[in-house]
Amino acid sequence: MTAATAHGAAAIEPAESPLTPESWGKLGMWIFLAGDAVGFGTLLAGYGAMRATSADWPNPYEVLGINLTAAMTFLLICSSVTMVKALEWLSRGDRNRAKMFLLLTAIGGALFVSLQAYEWTHLIHRGLHINGNPWGASLFGTSFFLVTGFHGLHVTAGVIYLLATIGVVSRRPRPMDSYNFVEITGLYWHFVDLVWIMVFTFMYLL
Amino acid sequence: MAEHKHPNYMAIFYYLAILTAVELGVIFLPISKFVIAVLLCVFAVWKAALVAMYFMHLKIETRTLGLIAVTPLVIATLLVFVLLPDGFAVAKKTSDDKKVAAPAAAKH
Repeated sequence: MTAATAHGAAAIEPAESPLTPESWGKLGMWIFLAGDAVGFGTLLAGYGAMRATSADWPNPYEVLGINLTAAMTFLLICSSVTMVKALEWLSRGDRNRAKMFLLLTAIGGALFVSLQAYEWTHLIHRGLHINGNPWGASLFGTSFFLVTGFHGLHVTAGVIYLLATIGVVSRRPRPMDSYNFVEITGLYWHFVDLVWIMVFTFMYLL
Repeated sequence: MAEHKHPNYMAIFYYLAILTAVELGVIFLPISKFVIAVLLCVFAVWKAALVAMYFMHLKIETRTLGLIAVTPLVIATLLVFVLLPDGFAVAKKTSDDKKVAAPAAAKH
């Protein structure tokens, strides 16, 4: 169906309001993100309940150290900004700048995962394991690796998604043809950033 | 369709960076742990809302998309209260077991 007939159909049925006028893809991504958010919400809620009822839960920010993680949080916020900048340049018709900012976003994500790998290695050497640790409740390690690992998996998938998006931007004839695609990629990427804001607060700072 | 309005992304970025710095500062404030926890939760939700509203464009999207986005938040919040009784039951059982085990150990 062409855009013209779609527009005509919408004019005939004014009573039917589309959920998102611009694309079904965007609606699809939002529904996926809502499902994913329930997944993260479940993990964090479970974490909260386990911690609230545990007598010997270690103090996270003393055990984990927050300097590196604060830097990682800042890095992820920066990568969210480069993501929206890519979208902005695309809407101005500058495909090359848009691709450059998408690449910067992917590099930010890759750097985040690398820092997380470094952090994990460091913590494992200090005795934090999935089934126990020297500081208290064994579930502390379990929940830490489960939640940050699940998030790291999302960042890894996001980096692959971003690289694929650069390919789509390159292939489509005009810059605006891929605007919608990039916006949907952005939704996923910002979601990963948003989840990290929550994880950082609940698992490191509190 | 061709005209896409973009919010001032850099302003949001500074906003988020400042809130992160404030969060880090709050931990070391000489106030009760409970107040710190409440403040940290407020800042987290505040930052998440900024990302969703401006970076994810929820502010200029339809109401329905906003409802889709809010639903998981409600579910997760309710889930904490659903899970708490289980946690307390396990904690109680653990301490009961210890009480039973302690006199038995004393006999030897």
